[in-house]
Amino acid sequence: MNDMRFTERNVDSTEIKIRAKNVDVFYGETHAIKGVDVDIPEKTVTAFIGPSGCGKSTFLRCLNRMNDTIDTCRVTGDIKLDDEDIYDKRVDPVQLRAKVGMVFQKPNPFPKSIYDNVAYGPRIHGLAGNKAELDQIVEKSLRRAALWGEVKDRLDAPGTGLSGGQQQRLCIARAVATEPEVLLMDEPCSALDPIATAQVEELIDELRARYSVVIVTHSMQQAARVSQKTAFFHLGELVEFGETGAIFTKPEDPRTESYITGRIG
Amino acid sequence: MTDATSGVGTSQPPRKASLLELDARTKKRNAAEARFRTYGLVAVCAGLVALVVLMGSIVNNGAGAFSQTFVTLQVELPADRLDKSGNRNPDEMRAVSTFGYSPLIAAAVVRSLEENGISIEGLSAKDAGGIISKEAPAQLRNFVLANPQTLDTTREFTFLANGRIDGYYKGRVTFASAEVDKNVSPAQLQLADALLEIGVLESKFNTLFFTAPDASGQRPEAAGLGVAIIGSLYMMLIVLALALPIGVAASIYLEEFAPKNRLTDLIEVNIANLAAVPSIVFGILGLAIFINFAGLPQSAPIVGGLVLTLMTLPTIIIATRASLKSVPPSIRQAALGIGASKMQSVFHHVLPLAAPGILTGTIIGLAQALGETAPLLLIGMVAFVREFPAGPPQGFFDPASALPVQVYNWTQRSDPAFVERASGAIIVLLVFLILMNAIAVLLRRRFERRW
Repeated sequence: MNDMRFTERNVDSTEIKIRAKNVDVFYGETHAIKGVDVDIPEKTVTAFIGPSGCGKSTFLRCLNRMNDTIDTCRVTGDIKLDDEDIYDKRVDPVQLRAKVGMVFQKPNPFPKSIYDNVAYGPRIHGLAGNKAELDQIVEKSLRRAALWGEVKDRLDAPGTGLSGGQQQRLCIARAVATEPEVLLMDEPCSALDPIATAQVEELIDELRARYSVVIVTHSMQQAARVSQKTAFFHLGELVEFGETGAIFTKPEDPRTESYITGRIG
Repeated sequence: MTDATSGVGTSQPPRKASLLELDARTKKRNAAEARFRTYGLVAVCAGLVALVVLMGSIVNNGAGAFSQTFVTLQVELPADRLDKSGNRNPDEMRAVSTFGYSPLIAAAVVRSLEENGISIEGLSAKDAGGIISKEAPAQLRNFVLANPQTLDTTREFTFLANGRIDGYYKGRVTFASAEVDKNVSPAQLQLADALLEIGVLESKFNTLFFTAPDASGQRPEAAGLGVAIIGSLYMMLIVLALALPIGVAASIYLEEFAPKNRLTDLIEVNIANLAAVPSIVFGILGLAIFINFAGLPQSAPIVGGLVLTLMTLPTIIIATRASLKSVPPSIRQAALGIGASKMQSVFHHVLPLAAPGILTGTIIGLAQALGETAPLLLIGMVAFVREFPAGPPQGFFDPASALPVQVYNWTQRSDPAFVERASGAIIVLLVFLILMNAIAVLLRRRFERRW
């Protein structure tokens, strides 16, 4: 594991972007998340790791209220983005999701052209005054997603015609096109081959300069490679949260140690 | 090999079966599969045979409706009989009824015979005129009333031949049957043959079948589908204009926006049940609500269209919901994830992907409505309508007929010529249905996307 460079990296920012306190999530009768407290810093990659079904994706989806679309889902506790409660009655989840972008597990480009995929967010949020500005936003976003060079000659081609890795980077470009402040990634590499994964991981590291990135991953190696902070979830509880280097080298909780050494999970 | 296995040693391992011969279980399985394939093949063949027989009998009976026997005659239009006042005033000329015109036609037939030197034994002048349709005097009178200046001239007219004469050339009437038929005599058939020889009488493609209105039981040769086609067209317009927006809006709301609870479950079950309600029940509903309560006119396409809309709605809602469901949820999540509102995600992404399915469902619903008869009988669309309805929207309130009802109507009449008319109408109806289904298939092929 030569690319586990976590010891060289530090958290650049001490500013807290998202502050979650005592969050509980219920799906009907099922208690999916139990009293989780997490502080997600600005301009940092935070990784959520843990075995399947431990609630890490559920918790991630609380951060942009995607759980609202599930009828039986109930969230209690406090989640604050820049000290504003995102579950306040006055908050429109649509506005929240423009600030907190999301990339999904399976690449899900719209069945439209590459250009329209990226331009959709800026269009509905009115970020571009005219066609030239929109062109600029599309180019900038595709460059940030490291996709511009591969697609600049075929922006009118359908987004669904790209390879899996390109599709996922297109989804990232689409997410960054709306200028979010936080980028949530739900296992963004699980459907990708190792080369595409490496490209996306590199991209995540670059995105850290502008956004607070939260990534859910099954792969501990991936967490170690890309993140500065790591949270370990187990059975709906947050077991341990800290610097990635510390979690992987000297975990405090025996469960964390069992998981990262491969005894559970 | 370890000591543990070799030490037990006494029991023989089971003899390996050869792959080259089938064991009993495999044979049984294969036989069962072969049997099932045969059943399937027999079922498909039975269906095909039924279809071929059905289509064959309809085409066989109905093909005749598309050709018709016409007689071309030079008719004198004497002013002293048709315009007694001599003012050429159509209002005064109306005093002469069709009875005043029919002798002119008979005379024209007789003169045509004399000019060509044909004489037929036992044929009176009245019989000679009898080979022309009873529709002809009306045709002649309408022409004269519209063109009074043509009086005192001789004009060429193409008249329909009488239904029996037409039937003679389609094999329905023979000399033997004419002997016992008081509507036609063997002499008339001889006359028709003679006229055919000199080219006065001929069979042509029958455009009147598509453009003419219905005709009474005495003149099947004049009966056409004009009013029925317009009535059906008007009803389809109404169904399309009402059922498509209402059905699509209802399904989008139920599928994408409505909370999932007892009430929406109940609505869902009821929509499914509504699709299974016998169509005649919708007719009773239409009679009670649209005619008796709302006071809309009877026999009008507006009422038929409303009833058929009610009947088509469940079909469209079910098809639309199915195609909305088939849009992958990842598309909705993608849209929501970048901050689109629920409505934007539905209208920008889900609906375009579901559109081919919605259109197919709508067209199939329309095709179903086009062929529906029972509810139309109850709201009076079975009436005998000879007047063409006006253009839309006024025409929606005028009496009209409909294609399937016209078929029903014609099968009720006694003259055997109407069997041919009814089968011809079925062919026209089937052609419309096949066209609509073909459009549905084309739309699906054209717009179906893969992702």
